[in-house]
Amino acid sequence: MTSYQQPSARGYYGEFGGAFIPEMLYPNVEELRTRYLDILADSGFQAELQLLLRDYVGRPTPLFEAKRLSARYGTRIFLKREDLCHTGAHKINNTVGQILLAQRLGKKRIIAETGAGQHGVATATVCALMGLPCVVYMGAIDMERQAPNVARMRLLGAEVRRAESGSQTLKDATNEAIRDWIANPVDTHYIIGSVVGPHPYPDLVARLQAVISEEMRAQLLEKTGTELPDYVVACVGGGSNAAGAFYHFLDEPSVRLIAVEAAGHGVDSGHSAATSVLGTPGIIHGSRTLLMQDEHGQITEPYSLSAGLDYPGIGPLHAHLGASGRAEFIAITDDEALAAVSELSRLEGIIPALETAHALAALAQLGAGPDDVVVVNLSGRGDKDLETYLKNMDKLL
Amino acid sequence: MNDRLHHAFASKHNLLNMYYTAGYPGLHDTLPLAKSLVEAGADILEIGMPFSDPLADGPVIQHSSAVALANGMNLPVLFEQLQELRAAVPETPVLLMGYLNPVLQFGVEKFLQKAAEVGVDGLILPDLPLDEYEEQYHALFQQYGLKAVFLITPQTSEERIRRLDALSDAFLYLVSGPGTTGGTTLADLEAQEQYFERIAGMKLKTPRLIGFGIADKAGFDRACSHAEGAIIGSALIRALEDAEDAPATAGRFVRGIKS
Repeated sequence: MTSYQQPSARGYYGEFGGAFIPEMLYPNVEELRTRYLDILADSGFQAELQLLLRDYVGRPTPLFEAKRLSARYGTRIFLKREDLCHTGAHKINNTVGQILLAQRLGKKRIIAETGAGQHGVATATVCALMGLPCVVYMGAIDMERQAPNVARMRLLGAEVRRAESGSQTLKDATNEAIRDWIANPVDTHYIIGSVVGPHPYPDLVARLQAVISEEMRAQLLEKTGTELPDYVVACVGGGSNAAGAFYHFLDEPSVRLIAVEAAGHGVDSGHSAATSVLGTPGIIHGSRTLLMQDEHGQITEPYSLSAGLDYPGIGPLHAHLGASGRAEFIAITDDEALAAVSELSRLEGIIPALETAHALAALAQLGAGPDDVVVVNLSGRGDKDLETYLKNMDKLL
Repeated sequence: MNDRLHHAFASKHNLLNMYYTAGYPGLHDTLPLAKSLVEAGADILEIGMPFSDPLADGPVIQHSSAVALANGMNLPVLFEQLQELRAAVPETPVLLMGYLNPVLQFGVEKFLQKAAEVGVDGLILPDLPLDEYEEQYHALFQQYGLKAVFLITPQTSEERIRRLDALSDAFLYLVSGPGTTGGTTLADLEAQEQYFERIAGMKLKTPRLIGFGIADKAGFDRACSHAEGAIIGSALIRALEDAEDAPATAGRFVRGIKS
């Protein structure tokens, strides 16, 4: 059986992936490609990474049995508490790993893109920790709707640069970060925040997030007597938390993998980010994957109330999991996600991030039975979304 | 037979390759601009196919692309406009430059067929990986008589340059320094000269044009002292931004370079 985990030598998962990059990026990406596996496998690297994951990030994160939520849905639900990571989301698993990688590549400057700001904060955090200068690109519109994260990044010493081009959201922030990397080909490492971009990024980020499912297996064994749940549920924008939550279950066919996308106002409303339904194969940010585009191949703008899910593409791993049937995709609207925010807050005393709430809202559609074990990856906490929640209080109370 | 590119390099020195974005500033400026650029002395035309997310381009070409798309430019419209291309500029080599995604959605083979049909000579697709080109598209390009132009940067290894040189049947596009199109790359002149001389010293079989950050006659002349010619794009687009008569402005721009 071929593994779903490992892309081909050229970075393909099935027909998706690859590295469609201009020559200006080739040396950077090639350096990363030829070195990342050796660096990740190095015992010194691993020792340093494990120490930071434990003492700085706060790993392992708990696997919490949500009993009131379980009673509500008539099944056994566990929450993987990535929201308890330092900086409030899973994003830091990746940035801790990549900053150590950047040091070993001899890089002196870090750049990143951010949508909701969580990846930007996680990058600014590790740059502060390691004393490296950090530039984060963020869409002008996202800077407005995620102002507290902009302040956090600045407090951490990062320079936040406004992406004014195109739709002024995550897609354009990513374009600007790539252009910065083209202009700074020698001393700069680009810490990409999701399982997107040219090979080897999707594999690199998936490997660094895989700690989520590695811990899940050990914790499930302890709590349920078996390492394998019946369902793993995670939200997908680019797909990094889902990749991490799925990773060590990808080649376990008994485990149903549920990828939850943002339907926005509804999949067919014209205001949606449900890439697996609305997307077609094409190239975005150096990767052949599913993306939202018009008939002429111009990339279109997705919509979701959540700034972390409105990416017009999806990681090539997820495109392949969808095409092969290994993962099932569910689309959740803004209103369904808001209802799930309210529900988790009141049933379990946990205010989730709006992105994460999409995964929670999918519980109603799983059809899981009383003997089933469901793990939801609680990818982030809701503090950053308070302003959005305040504006939508009528739907939350 | 499609030998306009070879003929241009064999018969002329100091070639000026002018880039502009199709459908900019007005949707129907594509062909009038071609005529006036050539009349004023442009030796090669490079017509940009606008894309929503042009990764290798700076703000000027990003903006012209956005305007062109808003004007209604797309590949079917472009090919319709280019029907008259060969009647308008019979001798001048014409390249199409753009990103892979719109070409994929149009259909690669259909794209090549259309390009050949209207008399395009070559293609610059910066995000088409070399391996994919070699394995999947090189034969198809040759079948339609279209030449691929590859980019080289100061970071491109000698081994890779040799490989690009061997595969190339047009010219090599020497990116003048780090950065996207339209950037100023004159900061480190010495490093740039060394890079140009290093490439010149490699005795490549393929002619070279230098591009990125060349904006005026001085830049053009300097590029010509290191290669067969140069490519200018963003500076022309900038001149066209407020132009009342785009073709006349483009003509003046080229005469300013070639005088």
